[in-house]
Amino acid sequence: MSKTHYSAFKVLKEALTGHKGWEPTWRDAEPKADGYDVIIVGGGGHGLATAYYLAKNHGITNVAVLERGWIGSGNVGRNTTIIRSNYLLPGNEPFYELSLQLWENLEQDLNYNAMISQRGIMNLIHSDAQRDAFIRRGNSMLFADAGCEYLEAKEVKERYPFLDMNNARFPIKAALAQPRGGTVRHDAVAWGYARGASDLGVDIIQNCEVTGFNIENGKCLGVQTTKGDIKANRVGVCVAGSSSRVMEKAGIKLPIESHVLQAFVTEGLKPVLDNVITFGAGHFYCSQSDKGGLVFGGDLDSYNSYAQRGNLPVVEDVCSGGMAIMPMIGRARLLRMWGGVMDMSMDGSPFIDSTEVKELFFNGGWCYGGFKATPASGYCYAHLLATDVPHEVATAYRLDRFRRGAMIDEKGVGPQPNLH
Amino acid sequence: MSQINRIDGGLIDQEKVLNFTFNGQILKGYEGDTLASALLANNKHLIGRSFKYHRPRGIVTAGSEEPNAIMEIGNGAYKDPNTRATVTQLYNGLEANSQNHRGPLSFDFMAITDFLSPLLGAGFYYKTFMWPKSFWEKFYEPAIRKSAGLGTLSTEADPDTYDKGFRHCDILIIGSGATGLSAALTAAESGAKIILADEDFLMGGRLNSETNKIDGIAGSEWAKKTVAKLGAMENVTLMSDTTIFGAYDHGIYGAIENRASEARKDNDKPRQVNWRIYTKRAILCAGATERLIAFGNNDRPGIMLASAVRTYLNRFAVATGQRISVYTNNDDGWKTAKDLNAKGFRVAAVIDSRSISPVMRVPGAEICMGTDVVDTKGRRALKSIQLSNGKSIDTDTLAVSGGWNPNLHFTCHHRGVPKWNEEIASFVPDSSPPVGMSVAGRAKGTMVLADAIIEGHNQGSSVAADLGYKTSESKPASTPVVSYNISANWGIPSGKNRAWVDFQNDVTVKDIKLANQEGFKSVEHVKRYTTLGMATDQGKTANVLAIGIMAENMGQTMEDTGTTIFRPPYVPVAIGAFAGRRRGMEFYPTRYTPSHNWSTEQNAIFVEVGMWYRSQWFPLPGETHWRQSVDREVRQTRSSVGICDVTTLGKIDIKGEDVSEFLNKVYANAFAKVPVGKTRYGLMLREDGIVMDDGTTARMSENHFVMTTTTANAVNVYRHLQFCHQCLWPDLDVHMISVTEQYAQYAVAGPNSRKLLEKIVDPDCDISNEAFPYMAAGEITVCGGTAARLFRISFSGELAYEIAIPTRYGDSLMRVLMEAGEEFNVIPYGTEALGVMRIEKGHAAGPELNGQTSAYDLGMGGMISGKKDFIGYTLGLREELQRDDRLQMVGFKPVNPSDLLLACSHLLGLRDKATTENDQGWISSCIYSPILGHYLGIGFIKGGHNRKGENVRAVDLVRGNDVEVEICSPHFVDPEGERLRV
Amino acid sequence: MIINHPLLGPRDSEEFVYLGSTDLIDRPTNWEKSAAAEDFYQYQYIRENIAGDIQELWYHEQGDQSWLIVTRNTLTHEIKNVEFAQDFSRAKGRGK
Repeated sequence: MSKTHYSAFKVLKEALTGHKGWEPTWRDAEPKADGYDVIIVGGGGHGLATAYYLAKNHGITNVAVLERGWIGSGNVGRNTTIIRSNYLLPGNEPFYELSLQLWENLEQDLNYNAMISQRGIMNLIHSDAQRDAFIRRGNSMLFADAGCEYLEAKEVKERYPFLDMNNARFPIKAALAQPRGGTVRHDAVAWGYARGASDLGVDIIQNCEVTGFNIENGKCLGVQTTKGDIKANRVGVCVAGSSSRVMEKAGIKLPIESHVLQAFVTEGLKPVLDNVITFGAGHFYCSQSDKGGLVFGGDLDSYNSYAQRGNLPVVEDVCSGGMAIMPMIGRARLLRMWGGVMDMSMDGSPFIDSTEVKELFFNGGWCYGGFKATPASGYCYAHLLATDVPHEVATAYRLDRFRRGAMIDEKGVGPQPNLH
Repeated sequence: MSQINRIDGGLIDQEKVLNFTFNGQILKGYEGDTLASALLANNKHLIGRSFKYHRPRGIVTAGSEEPNAIMEIGNGAYKDPNTRATVTQLYNGLEANSQNHRGPLSFDFMAITDFLSPLLGAGFYYKTFMWPKSFWEKFYEPAIRKSAGLGTLSTEADPDTYDKGFRHCDILIIGSGATGLSAALTAAESGAKIILADEDFLMGGRLNSETNKIDGIAGSEWAKKTVAKLGAMENVTLMSDTTIFGAYDHGIYGAIENRASEARKDNDKPRQVNWRIYTKRAILCAGATERLIAFGNNDRPGIMLASAVRTYLNRFAVATGQRISVYTNNDDGWKTAKDLNAKGFRVAAVIDSRSISPVMRVPGAEICMGTDVVDTKGRRALKSIQLSNGKSIDTDTLAVSGGWNPNLHFTCHHRGVPKWNEEIASFVPDSSPPVGMSVAGRAKGTMVLADAIIEGHNQGSSVAADLGYKTSESKPASTPVVSYNISANWGIPSGKNRAWVDFQNDVTVKDIKLANQEGFKSVEHVKRYTTLGMATDQGKTANVLAIGIMAENMGQTMEDTGTTIFRPPYVPVAIGAFAGRRRGMEFYPTRYTPSHNWSTEQNAIFVEVGMWYRSQWFPLPGETHWRQSVDREVRQTRSSVGICDVTTLGKIDIKGEDVSEFLNKVYANAFAKVPVGKTRYGLMLREDGIVMDDGTTARMSENHFVMTTTTANAVNVYRHLQFCHQCLWPDLDVHMISVTEQYAQYAVAGPNSRKLLEKIVDPDCDISNEAFPYMAAGEITVCGGTAARLFRISFSGELAYEIAIPTRYGDSLMRVLMEAGEEFNVIPYGTEALGVMRIEKGHAAGPELNGQTSAYDLGMGGMISGKKDFIGYTLGLREELQRDDRLQMVGFKPVNPSDLLLACSHLLGLRDKATTENDQGWISSCIYSPILGHYLGIGFIKGGHNRKGENVRAVDLVRGNDVEVEICSPHFVDPEGERLRV
Repeated sequence: MIINHPLLGPRDSEEFVYLGSTDLIDRPTNWEKSAAAEDFYQYQYIRENIAGDIQELWYHEQGDQSWLIVTRNTLTHEIKNVEFAQDFSRAKGRGK
């Protein structure tokens, strides 16, 4: 076990002694023959966070995280790194606010610098109707103590002189900002949680694909994997992007479609943009990473896909959106573009719930909002797995909500996953 | 001295001198140079600083894989950061500046980081900067951000334009080297439509850099002739200076054509063109890229790829130094020595890591077989190299060849995984490139030129034949067979010295090993932990070397170690090129209504509604605040008559035997028995029971209906109706067409509306209250025979009509109506007054039909028919949608009539704290009523339908407003609807 | 992507609007029965989401306004068949 405490002192000491003392960040484990109390299927951000909080908050340490490839290879490894808690509906806002609070203390908690940077997020407003919608949302945020700031056009212009305020097709009239929002070094989140969980005794097992569930009499007894069968008292699936494929192995169909979302990063540039700017009317959002790349994205490609790559129309749409408000980026070069597979749910909101199979639990449907949810998702999923009771901020994320008519539809576009 | 490294010859025009500047110094080069070749001609080796350690760096390559020579070109708004000098064609007046240093390039203050490098190894930042907590954002991170990044954006709007274009071909050939030209020749001779694209401004690929003879003449000469021959063929399109950047679905390729030189001459010309190329087939002939070897201090200016040294020598007539040495692990590296000799240069040494006999004689050079370079000296320029045999050799250029990596990137764009080929010590394409793509030549791993030419030749003809073109028997071009042998060399342990792998991101062998040691074993983990291959060159020279180092370090095969995933773009592409002309006002289309010109004449203020520009209000002279205009428009309409352009409403003409039945299925309320000549309000739900849209539908004749939708949903509703018809009830006799653009439509509202209309409606059309009562609809003629449609419907709550006329008469009709209404003091009113009147009347609109509300929530549950199946019926009955404590629509008025009420306030109990649990709802729409003299709103509150008379608080924490309001009926004006029917 | 319209030939997918699985054609008809609640729930919310060949609905909005059934592979995006939804729906037994 590593248990190495990271500090400036430790870095200095290692620098002087040739870095011989660094140990593996997490312990690579092989499955235990006698199984586990809890198996988490999926070594992404959410799965690793769940394992960490199971161990830390609930003292359940006989836990394995099974990862098909390398940990953090899902959407925690490819996203636009934004964290925020600027939601509208009561089913969502407290959950994302808990997540933001967990982000705020994560580095000290994990002793791992994930470069959580509360540089602020700003949503641009271009019409009276949009202003109303954002003020409604802003009030939801303030009611949940999440903080927000309303900026008049003049203030927006002062802060961001490069924004096209007047000559634009959609002139900027105001903005709603959440100063506590920001960005995180995404891969480090997976590594930090893996290290934290591993230090508490969790087995992290890479290159171990779950190929089936051992279910008897409606009860899950463990999983079948490429490393053999592994017994478990309880199994928590946490594989957003592959949810439908994995849950189908347990005979469960989900109110989820898989869609591809593209994201983009430019070459490194000296700092020009210190917070996250969201241009909803033009389907574009952007921030600048610590390394200097402008990180941006837009809408889904809109067709069902598992291909992890998108097509040109969306690339051009997103770049047009960027040029429409920030025409200075015309000469910045797009360096990489990638496509991640999203669990698009039928109302745009996620699931953290038990299933019709006893001892089999499900966490997924994160749409394109899963990264910011990582800490709270793990926290609440661990709570549910440990206590059988949903955490109080995640009570709405039930699988049966469509049967009951309790949708959590922030955008109001209905059961049309590609529009959420 | 000018161009001290320039020699005679080359594929440049030494008659045409071009002046340029580098860091302010005026230099000369020639037509045909790249910026890099011109800099080298002027003996400029130190051209930049590395990302992290600010190490002095020189030009390494002669192509798009360049990690070091990235510069800011141009100035002001035209400044291009991070531009590769190696692919920038030199022009007169070019202004280049090195980037990422503080102070002059030769004395970069930030180079201090190089001395701190033991502290700054891979991932150091994950382990520190955590204390105290608040210091990250305030101190550590700003410092990191400031030192990170490379070039600088101008922060001004990009002044250049970019075009988009579409091209179609049978066969796209990517790369115009020997392979690509051979493929193009046979394919083109078959008659197939060919596009041949190359990223270089001079076609010919490596033939321009090498001395191979083809068909008995110099390779570059053969290339020139072949390109000319192809260019003369009608079925061939040559696209030089055009980089294919991505392979997309179904044979679509993205390409960027550089037209900077034209744009410089004429600002209206595009700087680049973003081509979308639709292909039936593609042949990838992208050649290969040489890679480096990791050895101590292998990053000094003067250490270059062996192939680049040849390019500068042969193509650009530049000798990169006076004492050049070669370090190689393969036969190809020796060619550099041979070419130098041929140009009269003595080679200092040839070092080959293989213990074999020398590949050729190199007169005057020290030959060291089975030997490696272990260290180098010279901070700002290479001075000497130290060998594993203990020798030190003075040298100013070291030409390094670690072997060649096939440029297989596009074969991986659809997630193909390259496989390892031991014979050429490189990854080669797997068997599943994107559909329609085949690979030939060195891109495929065919390293011998003679074989590559045959491969290109054969594939050109077989792909054309596959597409049904007749190919003729012809012979491939001939060239002597030169064998290629290699033995992988990932570098030998460099002791204390750092050996660079990724030059730009400063990733060394030690970083890779440290990552492995810390458990980052997957190639993806190593990339992410060390930032290997994530620089602007995307690891083109670094990645395979890194994989080799990892494989060796962890004792596994190259195949097991694997590669990271190649994604588009192949080289970085300007965002402006993707956006094209879609910027500024052209970002989205702009739609005007038929009265737009007239409204402009009236000084109307316009508002965006979707794509539309609608008149928001019509200020009169002396009105300084919008409320003055809006209040007047409301009062005037309610007291006499006003006209509003409602053309933007969606209009759908529906005909057929089964329209009634169809409407009965798509509307929640009963529609089976609408009489001819009547209009009915229709409420349309989504299948999930939530309100989708509302509008009116009129029965013009037995089998002819006209539906209106809201402006926002016009497109969605039409699409939905087509779905319902084509997919759900395909046999219903229903035919629909959207006529939104075909009709201008005006609301004429107010007590004098009938009187006004009677002045323009032709006398044979009786529109009296008896003949044309409330909710009547009919075809009429106006102004002496012009066909129009009249609907007696009202959104304002007044006696009102909507009149529709073919769009081409829309402008005239507006003018006619205004003239006819003069005697009633008619006024035009805009969307604000429209909104005020609909809220006074309690009509739900956009803010209420927000996709979250059911018919019951809106107080329209009574309209729901329980006697028929319709879209949204069953799911609308779900328990949560039927709960009594749902947010239900009601009216709100301030208890103190002088209080300001704001839309999007949330609702709280009188003594409740503002928390999520206490949140009872929100005000969706809010206006000042000039009729009632106070603010009023409609909105949603828990269980609202049964709470009328109760007082709550409307709280807007965002803008700081907190007022007590009474829950009331949303129908504030004329709740009985008497005015409608007069 | 390119969608090969049965009558209009190959068209860029930008001309189309995507809806989703053809499951959406199978709208239950038992609205008066007690099973309706469950059947409509399944119909609307539990749709095919396979990694492989899927039949799906695309609408030719900037074309002839036909709804098409496209058989497409969600792993490779390869399109194997395109037909009119109206024919497809009739073949499934839907009528009035």
